[in-house]
Amino acid sequence: MTNSEKNRLKDKAFQVFGVFCTFIGLVILAVFLFDIAIEGFSRIDWDFLTSLPSRRASRAGILTAWAGTLWILVLTAIIAFPLGVGAGIYLEEYSRKNRWTNFLEINIANLAGVPSIIYGLLGLEVFVRQMRLGGSLLAGALTLSLLILPIIIVTTREAIKAVPRSVRDGSFALGASKWQTVWNQVLPASFGGILTGIILSLSRAVGEAAPLIVIGALAYVPFTPATPLDEFTVLPIQIFNWTSRPQEAFLTNAAGAIIVLLAITFLLNGIAVYLRNRQQKKIKW
Amino acid sequence: MRVSEKIIEGLLWLSAVITILITIGIIWVLLSESIAFFSEVSIVRFLTEKEWTPLFADKKFGIMPLVAGTLLTTFIAIAVALPLGLTIAVYLNEYAHAGFKQVIKPMLEVLATIPTVVYGFFALTVVTPFLQGFIPGLAGFNALSAGIVMGIMIIPMISSLSEDAISAVPRSLREAAYGMGSTRLQTAFGVMVPAASSGIVVSVILGISRAVGETMIVAIAAGQQPRLTLNPLVPIETITTYIVQVSLGDVPHGSLEYRTIFAAGITLFIFTFALNNISFWIKKKYQEKYD
Repeated sequence: MTNSEKNRLKDKAFQVFGVFCTFIGLVILAVFLFDIAIEGFSRIDWDFLTSLPSRRASRAGILTAWAGTLWILVLTAIIAFPLGVGAGIYLEEYSRKNRWTNFLEINIANLAGVPSIIYGLLGLEVFVRQMRLGGSLLAGALTLSLLILPIIIVTTREAIKAVPRSVRDGSFALGASKWQTVWNQVLPASFGGILTGIILSLSRAVGEAAPLIVIGALAYVPFTPATPLDEFTVLPIQIFNWTSRPQEAFLTNAAGAIIVLLAITFLLNGIAVYLRNRQQKKIKW
Repeated sequence: MRVSEKIIEGLLWLSAVITILITIGIIWVLLSESIAFFSEVSIVRFLTEKEWTPLFADKKFGIMPLVAGTLLTTFIAIAVALPLGLTIAVYLNEYAHAGFKQVIKPMLEVLATIPTVVYGFFALTVVTPFLQGFIPGLAGFNALSAGIVMGIMIIPMISSLSEDAISAVPRSLREAAYGMGSTRLQTAFGVMVPAASSGIVVSVILGISRAVGETMIVAIAAGQQPRLTLNPLVPIETITTYIVQVSLGDVPHGSLEYRTIFAAGITLFIFTFALNNISFWIKKKYQEKYD
């Protein structure tokens, strides 16, 4: 075999290997989703969705868990949205290019790399202890808001950056002030992108368990929370709790709860992808 | 008019400044509790003792078993994610059709959107029993399954960042390699990957940082037994798992046991902070500028 034939063979071999590697992750994902579906779907019924947790696996439900997850989702969105978008607007439209801005940017990039459990420790000291919120929904939502803030800021900036200079110049030429330009031109034009980023970051928040365990969210809550100051549990914590138990029946419960959690996560991601595609089609500068 | 403009700018400035307050808050919280911890337990004991048993009657405060557990699971994760992620990146860039790439990339991204607690369930209930089929000595909780599953989770991170780096290499380099009669494989690993190496290294460092801080997979599947070992078949405990373990228990605020989680936390923070900054530095210093 000549050298060039050998090289061509290696090239082909790598191509096959490349296809294999690309699909192996997807195959594992499919196996996993299939396994969960087999184990969990039989468990999901009206009772499972509307029952309180229980020591008996067959009676236990996820009412408090998904109610807590929805509460956390809404509260986190309310807190993180204005802060993240505000910071994004400031960095993109107002800040001058100097050392202070540079420092802000490095700091945000660093925050994005801080493990979520460290945010839990921050929330435990600041919100749970100092602000005396206890292991409440509000403490949890504040903690998760800080966690997703860097993601929202970065995606907001990307979205604003995509709005061309000429739009702002046109607005200024008509006598609009800085904020009028941002509010009436830049934000409406970039809103799709901003919304996409927020929904993606919320889907991340919905799946988080570690920081909420650290701030003291409970595994067993016998009531659905009524106010932001109530104690709570969320789906990931419920799944963790059930997975840690030795009895097989609780693993089935965990699989059922995972299906609900994945449904919420995939729904949020689906909405985000849909919005992004629509935005890309709609606006051609 | 002027006044309200100024107020709005002030509010926007404030929301940007909050990010600095978060950093200060994290450092302050970790430091203040750790300093209280280290006033009772010397830092020498913390770094040199070979056992970590703060919750037992016979208390030992050596962080090394937790660090070893963390590094072990991280190493396994990267050993899975780097070859797979890099091969995917090269394949998609140098071999695959554009249409295929467009379909496959979002599907790979799905791997990154799955909550980690779900991956933990997968590691414990699917991967461990599967591996036990041909690794007889494998314990029910072990670093191996947790590490492998963590690696699967990190694949899209390494593949997409590496792919960005490779596709940023100008076409002319690839065409020159082809022009000299290279195969696609020779072009990929002889020209493209070396040219994109800084970006690939950055993707790996960020992957390591992600694995070091990962919590739920290891908390569910790797066990809760701090052990100074590099054996992937036995239960271990990572820094993150220890924090979860203490948080689930009933440890009174202000006690030494309570402070251990902040000492563990600051160790974790130092690791990820260093890794992230190394990656920024590489990005800035070694980023190839092609004109």
